[in-house]
Amino acid sequence: MSSVTQADPAKQAGSASPLTRRRPLGDRGFQILALASGLLVLVILVLIAVSTTQQSTDWFSKAGVKGIFSTDWDPATNHFGAMAFVYGTVITSVIAIIIAVPVSVAVALLLTEVVPRRWARPIVYLIDLLAVVPSVVWGLWGILVFAPWIQSSVYSHIASAVNGIPLLGSLFGPPVSGASFFTAGIILAVMITPIVTSLSREVIATVPVIDKEGAYALGATRWEMIRGAVWPHSQNGVVGAVLLGLGRAMGETIAAALVIGSSATVTSRLFATGYSMPAVIANQFPEAAGEWRAALIGMGVLLFALTIIVNLAARGIVERSTRRMRGA
Amino acid sequence: MMAVATEQPAADLREPAGWRRTKNRVATVLMWVAFVCTLVPLGFVLVTVIAKGASAISWQFLTKGPIPPNVLPVTIGGMGPAVVGTLEITGFAALIAIPLGVLGAVYINEYGGNRALARLIGFMADVMTGVPSIVMGLFIFTIWVLHFGYSGLAGSFALGCLMLPVVIRSSYEMLRLVPDSLREASYAVGATKARVTVTVVLPAAIGGIVSGALLAIARAAGETAPLLFTILVVESTNTNLFSGPNTALATQIFINAQQPFTGAQQRAWGAALTLIAIAFILMLAARIVTARFTRYTR
Repeated sequence: MSSVTQADPAKQAGSASPLTRRRPLGDRGFQILALASGLLVLVILVLIAVSTTQQSTDWFSKAGVKGIFSTDWDPATNHFGAMAFVYGTVITSVIAIIIAVPVSVAVALLLTEVVPRRWARPIVYLIDLLAVVPSVVWGLWGILVFAPWIQSSVYSHIASAVNGIPLLGSLFGPPVSGASFFTAGIILAVMITPIVTSLSREVIATVPVIDKEGAYALGATRWEMIRGAVWPHSQNGVVGAVLLGLGRAMGETIAAALVIGSSATVTSRLFATGYSMPAVIANQFPEAAGEWRAALIGMGVLLFALTIIVNLAARGIVERSTRRMRGA
Repeated sequence: MMAVATEQPAADLREPAGWRRTKNRVATVLMWVAFVCTLVPLGFVLVTVIAKGASAISWQFLTKGPIPPNVLPVTIGGMGPAVVGTLEITGFAALIAIPLGVLGAVYINEYGGNRALARLIGFMADVMTGVPSIVMGLFIFTIWVLHFGYSGLAGSFALGCLMLPVVIRSSYEMLRLVPDSLREASYAVGATKARVTVTVVLPAAIGGIVSGALLAIARAAGETAPLLFTILVVESTNTNLFSGPNTALATQIFINAQQPFTGAQQRAWGAALTLIAIAFILMLAARIVTARFTRYTR
């Protein structure tokens, strides 16, 4: 990264040169302090895994794999099957990805290939504003303003139009609720757009200028240049960016908790009320105790594992593709 | 569509054929449409929050307490306890996370070199930014709250854990931009590495580090999930960060948003406007710092 290490005075220790002297205590102390702060990241990640798993063994051992993935969630009778929540998490994140990815990639292309640089800046600021609006504010707006509006003026029309049609009917048919899988998916899509856009932009910016100019020299239009020069180079990196967005969408709690409808059901109807893993943790944790609490913490463990896997994969892909591009 | 890209280009210098030009135009228009699609929800949220929040906000709302029961109108009591809670919890989280984060970045960039450990820490810091905030809340609950009880401090720890990797990332990016010639010049006059780092490298990168830290604070101030299980909730101001339950704007919005009463909902909108204002002020401050104090940019 930097060639500073060559100039490190500590390296000279042991030689017969008159410059040789013991490294001052403060110097070594500072290095240890810095190392400790760096290691803190690893320590925290390990501690998260250990302490949350410890508090949820009750659930994991009692329920077993079959119990965990059953759809029966009833705290009153001590049944804690998480399937409905896993399902809701998957469905809402998939909806979010389907909506957010085309939009984010298009905006990233707009910023890197279409608008002049001095215009790109204010646009980036605007997109970043989306990320600064707290998730609870999205949730508040979602449940009090957006959900009632979209239910009466969009969902209900679609539902009555497709009712009875085989596939569409089972996806978009009634029952219709403002707080639903689909509403949660839309809100999540808005929330992950900034991160997917900025990462895609980073990846697309590494496409060598010479490739782009080559495409133009062959007479390509801008769109043909994007398809022929930009896309093949940045494809992998964009996949990484999408995975990171997926990780965010899966873990997003408060907005989902407010707009998903809070009913533990597994249904193909996207306009029906549902639930997701982070949402149920947020809503039920305050009243939970014993095995109930263990089950909620256990879902946190599942969520942690899931997001770590997704993030590892995504970061690996992004890192590899940007490094290869810079090296090229 | 793919065929266009792989087609053998003909040696023809005429303008692109009509359908190719049309396709290009359609693509450009679609990109602008996508941009507008991202602005619509942003505009809607801001307009709604400002319109509904402005009527709730008053000096009394921001400073007075206690937070009244749901059924009471917004003119009674105020969100003072939540404002105080948000400021002290977020402030203390910043106090913990920023020095540690900057030091961590110093390790990765100044001491790590190409060592595998430094690369691992950098990579895991990136991964840590993806840990859901609710998991951080559960983590602090299991490791701290179960033993020492609910307090603002526990909330600060949870927010600090969320801020740490963000600060590491942004500080590292800034340290990387400091040219080696600066460091080498300092070594040449006999300074130790710690001294070079503290008096030369960090000051050179301070603009970027501060603005990154401000953005991290802005994000943390709006976090709700990690606070739910760490600070609990109270109705009156708790200035003691280290003991007893506390409250914050974000958790108050979450609770009040679920109430059917107009008073509660108005309080939620007022708190939302306050929270967004805090976040935007921090973001604006970050931009000003970036514009005025950044010495090295990409």
